[in-house]
Amino acid sequence: MRAYLTYLSKRLVQFAVVVFVGINITYLVTHMTPIDPVEQSISAATSFGSTSPEAIEMMRQSLRQLYGLEGSPWEQYVSFWKRILVGDFGPSLSAFPTPVSQLILRALPWTVGLLLVSTLLTWFLGNLLGGLAGYYRNSRVLRAFGVISMALKPIPYYVVALVLLIIFGFLWPVLPISGGATMASDRSNTFAFALDVAVHSILPVLSLMAVGIGGWFMGMRSLVSNVVTEDYVIYAELAGVKRNKILGSYVMRNALGPQVTGLALQLGAIFNGAIITEYVFGYPGVGSLLISAVHAGDYSLVLGITTISIVAVSATVLLIDLLYPLIDPRVEAR
Amino acid sequence: MSAFKIFRDLFSHNGEFAIGLVLLLVVLAVAACSFFSPYPPMDVYVVPPDVPPSWEHPLGTTSRGQDVFWQLTFAIRNTLLFGIVVAILSRIISLFVGLISGYKGGWVDRVLMSINDTFVVIPLFPILVLFYFIMRDQMSWALLAVITALLGWAYDARLIRSIAMSLRTREFTRQAVFSGMSTGKIVLQEHLPFVLPIVFSTTMNNINWSIGIEVTLSVLGFTDINTPTIGGMIYWANQHAALVSGIWWWVTFPVALVIMLFIGLFLLAISMNEYIDPRSRLSRLGGQA
Repeated sequence: MRAYLTYLSKRLVQFAVVVFVGINITYLVTHMTPIDPVEQSISAATSFGSTSPEAIEMMRQSLRQLYGLEGSPWEQYVSFWKRILVGDFGPSLSAFPTPVSQLILRALPWTVGLLLVSTLLTWFLGNLLGGLAGYYRNSRVLRAFGVISMALKPIPYYVVALVLLIIFGFLWPVLPISGGATMASDRSNTFAFALDVAVHSILPVLSLMAVGIGGWFMGMRSLVSNVVTEDYVIYAELAGVKRNKILGSYVMRNALGPQVTGLALQLGAIFNGAIITEYVFGYPGVGSLLISAVHAGDYSLVLGITTISIVAVSATVLLIDLLYPLIDPRVEAR
Repeated sequence: MSAFKIFRDLFSHNGEFAIGLVLLLVVLAVAACSFFSPYPPMDVYVVPPDVPPSWEHPLGTTSRGQDVFWQLTFAIRNTLLFGIVVAILSRIISLFVGLISGYKGGWVDRVLMSINDTFVVIPLFPILVLFYFIMRDQMSWALLAVITALLGWAYDARLIRSIAMSLRTREFTRQAVFSGMSTGKIVLQEHLPFVLPIVFSTTMNNINWSIGIEVTLSVLGFTDINTPTIGGMIYWANQHAALVSGIWWWVTFPVALVIMLFIGLFLLAISMNEYIDPRSRLSRLGGQA
């Protein structure tokens, strides 16, 4: 138990460091650039039609307070952190006066759902197939799968999504290519609505799986082909344990650890991919919100999404790390 | 064994290396063509718009009246250059952090590695978008390269650190310390040559990664869209709804070329890793039998 507490406290410290450094980067980016975000927003807002000088002055005042540009640099820094800690990013400029946090909360379930389903599916299938490929080395099907997934791996996510969009949007239009659910659908019928959401998520999930699965597959394959040569595996084989049991309980179980760590490390990249997915497939999540916020010149929304994604991703990584001892009990002894 | 001989052996015995090299050479040849382009890269309406691939315009022309082939030569050159600049800059950071962290150990190592892990975990894309949002029109190609490099060194720094850690316990390091070599000298003269091969193979992956970022940001219009790049070409094609209106050549050829580049670099990285790590070479020889 004591060992677990040490492990726990180390992870918590790392979590704090990640959030601290991440938020500081966003602070630096927003405050150290030569461009004044307030003037930027004002010129964006006043570029259409004429605005009276008094109105512009009022706008400037409120924006400067909102973005914490008042006072000495230290005061600015402190008030920036205060806002972050209570999760108050002020009202959104493009959807005034809805608070930024409310907009993000509305979009978050879509992103979390999409990411959860696609990440778990990708990880599970990739590891399962990789394990099989590492153990049954002569299977032609699994070898072919390895070649295909290896060819897909280096291609950036956007390109894969675009190709899928071309295939299912123009060449063979059987799946919905845009949106999270049918517009103006009847949400009272829960089952039909769930089905609608599921059908709409097929292409986004598929595209995320296409780029992600190769990494897990190859990682698991090489891990398994190392474990297979261990003495205890040969012993189990000689003792007549069934091959599938050897693979499941003896080989894969031992190779799973690094793959869980890998999942924690990849999460940031998976999240990056999801932003693009949502843009390409018009999915109503945080990524789409971020991109439309940029186009609308909504500074507080962009800042809010950036900080919340840093906190959310590092919190998930922390969660995976805390669950790790369940998979590999040896971690407590370290 | 001379470098040339290694090269020749890899080419004739390692299929991945050969395919990767050929793909990369094709991409480089296309990029080199940009120096002979009859049209300046930024000029529009120099040729009739929306012409399908033909003898006169081998890859067709865009709705903006540009020749796709010549436009592509500039785009791939800039994109490739972007990847190389990012890779070089981020290699310098990751070498510095990895070597120092691995050699020094102790609290230096702990501090550097917890910063390192932060950069591994943090979602970079929202930060890059935020950066674009602040810079807007001031966003230039060089600036994006610098910021991408500042965000993209962490993964490889850990790899370099693990090698430097094992080098620290070797005899020659101890001898260097006892003969009074400074830390900087030991790291640069004694340790650097050992990590260079692995740095070389991570360079390929890093170029791929940074080009992926560049393409994605440009497609969204979040970069300097006036410098022709692969992402920029796709951006303009999307702006003119090229796929909907059937101008497929405007999108297909840039995508195909950049995929060639990705696969080429990826194969080179794999084959180089195999060359560096003889165990995988052995398992390759024995495993097939």
